[in-house]
Amino acid sequence: MKSVLTSSAALLALVLTTPLAYADKANDTLDVAFTKELENVDSYFNSSREGVVLQRAVWDGLIYRDPKTGDYVGNLATEWKWIDDKTLELKLRKGVKFHNGADFTADDVVATVNFVSDIKNGVKTQRNVDWMKGAEKVDDYTVRIMLKAPFPAAIEYLAGPVSIYPKEYYEKVGPSGMGLKPVGTGPYKVESVDPGKHFVLVKNEDYFDGPKGKAKIGKIDIRTIPDVNTQLADLFSGTLDFLWQVPADQAEQMAQMGQFTVANESTMRIGYLTLDSAGRTKSPLTDLKVRQAIAYAIDRKAIVDTLLKGKSKVLHSTCFPSQFGCTEDVPQYSYDPEKAKELLKEAGYPDGFSIEFTGYRDRLYAEAIASYLQAVGIDAKLNMLQYSALREANMKGEEPFTFQTWGSYSISDASASVSQFFKFGSLDDNRDEKVRDWLDIADTSIDPEKRKEYYKKALTRIAEQVYWVPLFTYNTNYVFTKDVAYEPTPDEVLRFVDMSWK
Amino acid sequence: MLSFIARRLGLAALVALTVSALSFGLLFLSGDPASAIAGEGANDADIAAIRSFYGFDRPVIVQYGDWLWSALHGDFGQSYYFQLPVSSLIADRLSVTMTLGVCGIVFALAVAIPLGVAAAVRPNSIVDRLALFLSVVGQAMPSFWFGLLLIVLFAVKLGWLPPSGTQSWTNFVMPTVVLGYYAMPAIMRLTRAGMLEVLGADYIRTARAKGAGEWRVLFKHALRNAVIPVVSLAAVQMGFMLGGSIVVESVFALHGAGFLAWESIGRNDLPTVQALILIFSMFYIVFTFLADILNAWLDPRMRTG
Repeated sequence: MKSVLTSSAALLALVLTTPLAYADKANDTLDVAFTKELENVDSYFNSSREGVVLQRAVWDGLIYRDPKTGDYVGNLATEWKWIDDKTLELKLRKGVKFHNGADFTADDVVATVNFVSDIKNGVKTQRNVDWMKGAEKVDDYTVRIMLKAPFPAAIEYLAGPVSIYPKEYYEKVGPSGMGLKPVGTGPYKVESVDPGKHFVLVKNEDYFDGPKGKAKIGKIDIRTIPDVNTQLADLFSGTLDFLWQVPADQAEQMAQMGQFTVANESTMRIGYLTLDSAGRTKSPLTDLKVRQAIAYAIDRKAIVDTLLKGKSKVLHSTCFPSQFGCTEDVPQYSYDPEKAKELLKEAGYPDGFSIEFTGYRDRLYAEAIASYLQAVGIDAKLNMLQYSALREANMKGEEPFTFQTWGSYSISDASASVSQFFKFGSLDDNRDEKVRDWLDIADTSIDPEKRKEYYKKALTRIAEQVYWVPLFTYNTNYVFTKDVAYEPTPDEVLRFVDMSWK
Repeated sequence: MLSFIARRLGLAALVALTVSALSFGLLFLSGDPASAIAGEGANDADIAAIRSFYGFDRPVIVQYGDWLWSALHGDFGQSYYFQLPVSSLIADRLSVTMTLGVCGIVFALAVAIPLGVAAAVRPNSIVDRLALFLSVVGQAMPSFWFGLLLIVLFAVKLGWLPPSGTQSWTNFVMPTVVLGYYAMPAIMRLTRAGMLEVLGADYIRTARAKGAGEWRVLFKHALRNAVIPVVSLAAVQMGFMLGGSIVVESVFALHGAGFLAWESIGRNDLPTVQALILIFSMFYIVFTFLADILNAWLDPRMRTG
């Protein structure tokens, strides 16, 4: 009996004294939480924000866009020039090594581009790669990338989702092998991957002198914790150092406590209403006056101030304002419920009408919108669906009126927003030939001024016709310990390489 | 006995097959798997590429036949979401759920049976009232809330236990308590009711009359008979726990099989969902089967049945 007692006491003492694995400044480890299970670390085979975050840490693109200035500078390429409007020649950086010790050469670029641009290989987000026809080697440090059609946003894509993989290794292990044991050239090496759950990165001591700079924090330990409340508990107990995507309410409370740094920054995500003006669903929305009434009926400023908060702004155009070609200089609709009622009367709906209204996220915002519409007599019957179900109904042209959002994959070019929806794709509820033709010119012209001119024409017509009601831009909250120095960027990409200890 | 087992196994296989066919059909009804896999903001080309890549353009019945054929050969295919073999994915997640389930049921039985016996020995006493109170609270309190309360107390305030994760055994203490506490009330009430009935039986009076000690009467004679329905209940609870508790696994970030199933349904990850459903239904079948055998051992009358 005595021995049982002593061993229990010893066990208890062990529990009470064993220091929990506090990772912090002292042992140079930053503990970070992801909310969502990341599918595959191979960045060509995931479509989530977490994937972009790891992609920027582990791999490099040929080009780099400075998140502060927006300027393009060389990364794995040092210089580039257009041979013609469909051929881009790049000179590559010498002396770069992959994490497994292999040298980086033109062969890696050619292999990566040819693999990802082949639709048979099933890259998840085709838009990121389907503009490339292929690549060819000129010499060991010179490559040419061939385009299918003139595509001025190419540089932006080469600075974003297109990362260069080691040829030999990738041919051997393929996407699932790459996901389990990623190898890149980036400022962080991957130490371990526990699929969906746990990712450990360590500083790449041999990282080249590139525009990203060298990593300052030795180790990044990322765990997936689905519940935000648990994340906060971990932060308070010291088992986490860094949270992001923290909801506005919690972030506000955390800011009041003053124990942690709370930073808010806008993201590239925009919220908007789609209106079936083409009449695919036979609704009153084919009438311009009705669409205008909806635009006037919603107090977007109040929604931003009370619900989204932070750096969110009211949006007037169908693109993210900092994207190339995007302009807010289009017809704008202020909050004016009387005018909305007037327009409804003129359109022949003095008592309003009722319509199906569908959303897939942020029910709170959708409900606020529905109640503003109710106030002018429009009975918007809100129905929340899974994203894929909404998307499917939308593509079949069965959704007259939806609340949706779009993040442009952090591509800072209007071709990634407005052009995705108004060029007669299955999601195009408006089908305006003028808009389509202007966007085609804007998407493919090499002359930047001409591109701007045509995006503006298209955006102005979309606003005049109220094909969409742009609502607001989203924001995200970052909460981290006072030991960490980090300035978030407005593209919602966590850059571990820019983090340091104070 | 052998034909009894064979019949039971045949029935079990039929149940598993029906469940898997139904779930396969339901998943297709719930939305286009290609657009779910393509994720947010995929365009027509993305979805078309995925549809033909995974063969979703074939009739559902053909796809199910394909899946069944491979599954019968022990190949559950690749997860659409993780692009990893389903078998290794599930083995990894299931180990967490098994640990938690076994700990949870042991905790529940260890607390509920003595408490139930104590409550039955002195009905309407303070012990009985306390047991009743505990079970009402256990039944009424949502487990995510109880979990968060424990986290706030033991992880944030006292700093004794880590709030989340699976790094060490200390991570399993709070989830075990939450999961076990949820299963406890039913077991406790059933033990109490069974004991009350048995203690009034003639053979207990006989046992007492022949001079058997109180402990011997309670645990050798009474509990053995009272516990028979508890075994069946515990087996069902165990099956439920191995099916994973989505809530507990989510609150404590345990990434077990239940959470995987829940998330996989949202992602239309058919191979993963199908394999999990098959495994979960197997758990129920195996545990009810084991409970029958255990009951036969406890109660000789059942052996001849």
